[in-house]
Amino acid sequence: MDKKALQDKAALIRQHIIREVYHAGSGHPGGSLSATDIMTVLYFNEMNIDGRDPGNPDRDRFVLSKGHATPVLYACLAEAGFFPPEELVTFRKLGSHLQGHPSMTKLTGVEMSTGSLGQGFSASVGMALAGRLDNKSSRIYVLLGDGELQEGITWEASMAAAHFGLDNLCAVVDHNGLQIDGRNDDVMRVMPIAEKFRAFGWNVIELDGHDLDAIQAGFAAARKHKGAPTVLVAETHKGKGVSFMEDDAGWHGKAPNREQAEQAMKELGGVL
Amino acid sequence: MAEKIATRQSYGKALVELGASRQDVVVLDADLSGSTMTKEFAKVYPQRFFNAGIAEANMYGMAAGLAISGKTVFASTFAIFAAGRAFEIIRNSIGYTGANVKVCATHAGLTVGEDGASHQAIEDLALMRTIPGMTVINPADDISARKLLKAAAEMKGPVYVRLGRAAVPVIYDEETDVQIGKALLLREGKDYTIIATGIMVNQALEAAGQLSAEGIEVRVLDMHTLKPMDEDAVVRAARETKGIVTVEEHTVIGGLGAAVAQICCEKAPAKVSFVGIRDTFGESGKPDELLEKYGLTAAAIADAVRAMA
Repeated sequence: MDKKALQDKAALIRQHIIREVYHAGSGHPGGSLSATDIMTVLYFNEMNIDGRDPGNPDRDRFVLSKGHATPVLYACLAEAGFFPPEELVTFRKLGSHLQGHPSMTKLTGVEMSTGSLGQGFSASVGMALAGRLDNKSSRIYVLLGDGELQEGITWEASMAAAHFGLDNLCAVVDHNGLQIDGRNDDVMRVMPIAEKFRAFGWNVIELDGHDLDAIQAGFAAARKHKGAPTVLVAETHKGKGVSFMEDDAGWHGKAPNREQAEQAMKELGGVL
Repeated sequence: MAEKIATRQSYGKALVELGASRQDVVVLDADLSGSTMTKEFAKVYPQRFFNAGIAEANMYGMAAGLAISGKTVFASTFAIFAAGRAFEIIRNSIGYTGANVKVCATHAGLTVGEDGASHQAIEDLALMRTIPGMTVINPADDISARKLLKAAAEMKGPVYVRLGRAAVPVIYDEETDVQIGKALLLREGKDYTIIATGIMVNQALEAAGQLSAEGIEVRVLDMHTLKPMDEDAVVRAARETKGIVTVEEHTVIGGLGAAVAQICCEKAPAKVSFVGIRDTFGESGKPDELLEKYGLTAAAIADAVRAMA
């Protein structure tokens, strides 16, 4: 997909996010919008996946370890053909396969049920080990939040991934600097993120998480790096694309009202 | 005197056999492979053994990822660190996903001995029973342990297997038909029923022998599978005998006794009494001394039956 097409896709994904959260009346728009450009590149440029052939054993795998960012995951899966985009409005509703946090047993295309922070990262390490045991060329991608790095298990997983030399694993940290209770720096400092991963033995690439070219280049460099896992530390803005949500921790887990949703859609070039 | 073998030894042996017949079997440990006996597998199949280091939470997370990628994963540490420390990882990454992980936890119960209360998991069965879809197994001896581990490998989905540190008498022979979810009848008796699990099964048999000498005939059931429990066996015991005594090396809160009582309450009201650890932690000591002090002996079981009469 060329850059213009990726830009258009990212805009469409952001519109889906607002629609999903508005219709659900709850959910997590801030951290979904911050991860949108990363996710767009992953789903429509980087990963070998096909919504019409979801069980292909040689497919790449994506794990949403920051499992609350379901709006962006579901938007990507719908656009990638895993289910009709019309179903996005059932997000978080009783009986829907679009659970508040992703469930692999309810929705095809979700590779790992997540939501309890840090656990998806561990599972992705296991998937990378399995891929290597089976001599697969497929890759494992995992998206982490920055606040998520406060969970001890993320560092257990980091240590293991480097110890086992899992170069088929690529993590991305969505570093928007905010979490539910406020700024990471105030709640529990996670910086310096890049240095921490370097010290754990990872190949670290720092980039602008809203620059589609930089993200593509990051994934390409990760693919080439052998002998160690790669982490892309992506500088992002929470709520990116919606003026009143940007860099505001208050939009971590809150749905817009009708007026706010309409305003957001207008800014994103769509209609509610 | 019967041969004595710890069920963790049975585990090591079973893993090596499974490794030979099943290429999909992968084993994980958290720096306790010499104690859990996963080292036996590691020696023969080093490519399929991963040491997670002292990081149980991540080990069970990795186990989930391996299983979801098609492996049959046996992941081991001491019961306190598996069911206890890693509980929520087992619930969310293994239980909720239905991942094909066999959580094989050794050094369960008071018979850990000298290490003391911090290492004596007396609540693991209760914790694991609460996870939807989790099969919970607590073998009594070497033969049933190996047969149940093989059956666990053959079924898809999460299984918790409780294994012990201390050597315990071999009760069964290789011909015994051991199936997950089916209690084993070890002794018939018309008066009362003792339902025991794990290493307490042997003590239950001893108690039944003592009682028989006094003219009290006791049925003895080995309830090796706590979930799904053999409800028919419990209901029959409730209807055909005058009362049930449950016996477990575990807290009486939420374990075998609680499960049996629940079945009786719903399906066949009966008198039930509980031999197990009351609301207390263990302590350091020799396994036999601890079983004596905490009332987990044949004599204590026999007393519980007599108290029903």
